[in-house]
Amino acid sequence: MSGPLLEMSDVWLRLPEVARRPVLAGVDLQVGAGEIVGLVGESGSGKSVTARAALGLLPPTAEVEGRVTVDGVDVLSAPAADVRRLRAESVAMVFQDPRAGINPMRRIGDHLTESARLTGRRRDLDAARARALELLDAVGLPDPRRHLRQYPHELSGGMLQRVMIAGALMGSPRLLLCDEPTTALDVTTQAEIVALLGRLQRERGMGMLFITHDLDLAASVCDRIHVMYAGRVVEQAPALGLFEQPRHPYTAGLLASTPAIDGGGTRLRAIPGVPLSLLEDPSGCVFAARCDRVLDEVCRVLAPPVVADGVRSVRCARPLEARTPRHALRTECVS
Amino acid sequence: MSAPLLEVQHLRKTYRTHGSTVTAVAGVDLTLPEGGSVGIVGESGSGKSTTARMLVGLEAPDAGRVLVHGQEQVAQPRGRRERLARARALQIVFQDPYLSLDPRVPVGAAVDQAVRLHTRLTRSERRSRVLELLTQVGLGEREAALLPRRLSGGQRQRVAIARALAVEPDVLVLDEAVSALDVSVQAQVLNLLADIREQTGVGLVFISHDLAVVRYLCAETLVMRAGEVVERGATDRLLREPEHPYTRLLLSAVPRPGRRSEVDGGTALSGRGVPAPGR
Amino acid sequence: MSALGAVVRPGRLSLPRSLRSDAVLLAAGVVLVAFVAACLFAPWLAPYDPDATDLGNVLAPSSPEHWLGTDQVGRDTLSRLLYGARTSLVGPLLVVVTSTVLGVLVGMVAGWRGGWLDATLSRVLDIAFAFPALLLAILAVSLFGKGLAAPVMAMSIAYTPFVARQVRGLVRSARSRPYVSAYAVQGFGPVDVALRRVLPNIAPVVLAQATVLFGYALLDLAALSFLGLGVQPPTSDWGAMINESRGAVLLGQPLTAVVPSVAVIVTVVAFNLLGEELGDRIARRDA
Ligand SMILES: Nc1ncnc2c1ncn2[C@@H]1O[C@H](COP(=O)(O)OP(=O)(O)OP(=O)(O)O)[C@@H](O)[C@H]1O
Ligand SMILES: Nc1ncnc2c1ncn2[C@@H]1O[C@H](COP(=O)(O)OP(=O)(O)OP(=O)(O)O)[C@@H](O)[C@H]1O
Ligand SMILES: [Mg+2]
Ligand SMILES: [Mg+2]
Repeated sequence: MSGPLLEMSDVWLRLPEVARRPVLAGVDLQVGAGEIVGLVGESGSGKSVTARAALGLLPPTAEVEGRVTVDGVDVLSAPAADVRRLRAESVAMVFQDPRAGINPMRRIGDHLTESARLTGRRRDLDAARARALELLDAVGLPDPRRHLRQYPHELSGGMLQRVMIAGALMGSPRLLLCDEPTTALDVTTQAEIVALLGRLQRERGMGMLFITHDLDLAASVCDRIHVMYAGRVVEQAPALGLFEQPRHPYTAGLLASTPAIDGGGTRLRAIPGVPLSLLEDPSGCVFAARCDRVLDEVCRVLAPPVVADGVRSVRCARPLEARTPRHALRTECVS
Repeated sequence: MSAPLLEVQHLRKTYRTHGSTVTAVAGVDLTLPEGGSVGIVGESGSGKSTTARMLVGLEAPDAGRVLVHGQEQVAQPRGRRERLARARALQIVFQDPYLSLDPRVPVGAAVDQAVRLHTRLTRSERRSRVLELLTQVGLGEREAALLPRRLSGGQRQRVAIARALAVEPDVLVLDEAVSALDVSVQAQVLNLLADIREQTGVGLVFISHDLAVVRYLCAETLVMRAGEVVERGATDRLLREPEHPYTRLLLSAVPRPGRRSEVDGGTALSGRGVPAPGR
Repeated sequence: MSALGAVVRPGRLSLPRSLRSDAVLLAAGVVLVAFVAACLFAPWLAPYDPDATDLGNVLAPSSPEHWLGTDQVGRDTLSRLLYGARTSLVGPLLVVVTSTVLGVLVGMVAGWRGGWLDATLSRVLDIAFAFPALLLAILAVSLFGKGLAAPVMAMSIAYTPFVARQVRGLVRSARSRPYVSAYAVQGFGPVDVALRRVLPNIAPVVLAQATVLFGYALLDLAALSFLGLGVQPPTSDWGAMINESRGAVLLGQPLTAVVPSVAVIVTVVAFNLLGEELGDRIARRDA
């Protein structure tokens, strides 16, 4: 198959019972084989919902429009059996908190060989166990044989996240969805897990959707980055380009408010205000209320246009000029 | 020469839990000059929170002393006078703004409780003092009437800061106080803290696992690991020329755009001493 | 408060969630209003003197004069039911108030102080827990004589561990919360924090549990009266009414027994529904 592994086009998702604004509003997203695509945004911007939509896992009360295809299968309209097979064979997900995703009463080995256990065939189980051993080794755990017999509480958070990654790889997925896989971990552990994910992705040629709220992390991991705000992808660009020359004021604001370990300045340029709640549904641009480039008569009235140039796109009526050196954004001149 | 604002000497704490003992803090020293700010960084379980809790008297140290303006702070204050004096020396802001406010008390009233406990202002004087404190952290009369659950995370953390400032402490301890916030809001709170330090001269002990955040607030930084201070010094120097291997490891692990991290899987893992408990 | 999930119930019915639709809750509310109205206004509502016998008209079926018929000595069943509500209210109310006050006291001390005091109190509670309330009440009756006083005292003591355990759990979980630590750091004294800050936070949960307990107390006291150990004739009481009409059932006139039985069941279920729903709402609000 030559098309992208994951393709979302104009996906809308509404939760009429809890939200006044759409939770996802026209999300476009593609992940190709061998590509790492980042999804960045603040809490509540819809990153997890997007990833779950790719698996066809939606809240029961959700109203969905648009197309989501994984490996050519339309997740939203295909028969349930096809979607289930997809989840078993083509896509896998790694979550933020490894402890939340594993039954604390069961051994690591049982967790990993769970689906083979369901078929009930001895041969499948043996094959699964062999594969689990191989993968525990591949994710860099020191003693795979022993880990199979251990319980989750006997492992540290970082080691457990490695187990979860091994579990995600059991079905040899072509697409890996990582939802903040390192947020609960220390920086050093985070660096290890990120390096591991990168290596596995390269070795196996997987497509990867990497969700994080840390722009620096996304830029160090991903090939391309989508920036989300209030359920919309407001900017999409190659990682370095996005970082060096953000075009959406929100992206620029995020960069400016991210503390940098190098670089000068003693003051961060914060974005004023707070992220849009689910109960607010402003007309015009969702970022207008916090934007320093807002044009009242335009931004507060019309939905912003998507400006695209083939490589990157930005959803803004007044995007930043293509050349704004990054250091000028990050710090204010202290006069 | 007069005594420094805060002086911490050889603070130690060991926990015993069914048989095994954990030395959470193994002798921390630190000195904070008048109006100064010091950062404490380190991985999970390195003893940062335990240090903070000992500073504010929530935990009794096994050994060591905490002095504010040369006055030794009692580990466990008894009686109203001792408690109030202890409170005015050091206040704390916790990590989770969702849990650190009483869910039943409107935020204005929460600040008012602290003002009432520590001053003898009349009702109307208190009202204006509460409003002044809330304004200082960027909140208004409208928010004052709301229960914590009606506020955003950033707003709640502002309330927690206002409530701590209501006591007019000499030193404010912030234990991962911006870690749970979104970056855009985190930046607002960091700027707010810098402003408050400038305006009130309160000393800051700023605890974080994020080296980059510490750089914006703290002139000096301590790096902790397994209960010990492994390196200390001016923050800029520490980030530019780290001396201790652990500081270097921490720095090299910070993600930087366009540069895939070099910390490799297997080796780094086996090289790490204590696996982070509870994470 | 997550501790709500661990609320201990006196080991009997806990109603399935499907039973708790809004309509059912409304019905439960109506029942309780009717119950309280009967207690307050029995003298005005009752068509007859509840103790007035009419031996010429015993075990009458439902009729325009006696809506719910008469009993074996010709007393009006409806009037006895209305007056009986009073006795049925007073007993459980005393039990619930006493056991809640005692339980909150013990639970707060154990949960807040911790250490050896907690260990000791918890052990005592565990032992007290092992005694069924009814058995304790029967024991008390055999020691102090029949009537309302002895069973109420015994059951107050028997119910205390339920409340105390719950309160202890709630206090312990509250104690480790940052907001409680924050109060301590601000300089509030421990007693102040426990009574004026923590107690109001757990009060709604305790109240919900008390509502459920009320239902159980009513059931237990009715059972005692039925056994002839509780409220003594001729005072009208639902349990006693069922007991007195045993003969009538054998004579093929079940109405006098059915009416108080239904009253007991409906009231107990209504209290249960309301208490559990109250608890659920609080849990959801705090989630
Ligand atoms: N099942 C659900 N029911 C109701 N609301 C939901 C549900 N799932 C998500 N939401 C809401 O949709 C919005 C987007 O949620 P989502 O979890 O995708 O955010 P996110 O970007 O992943 O944030 P975070 O960084 O906090 O994980 C949020 O406001 C969330 O409260
Ligand atoms: N009450 C306690 N009882 C037993 N051990 C404890 C207790 N509190 C902390 N510890 C242990 O002390 C060590 C230091 O914990 P501390 O919370 O101070 O770390 P930290 O640096 O704040 O970590 P984090 O970044 O995860 O908050 C840990 O190993 C922890 O398990
Ligand atoms: Mg999420
Ligand atoms: Mg901590």
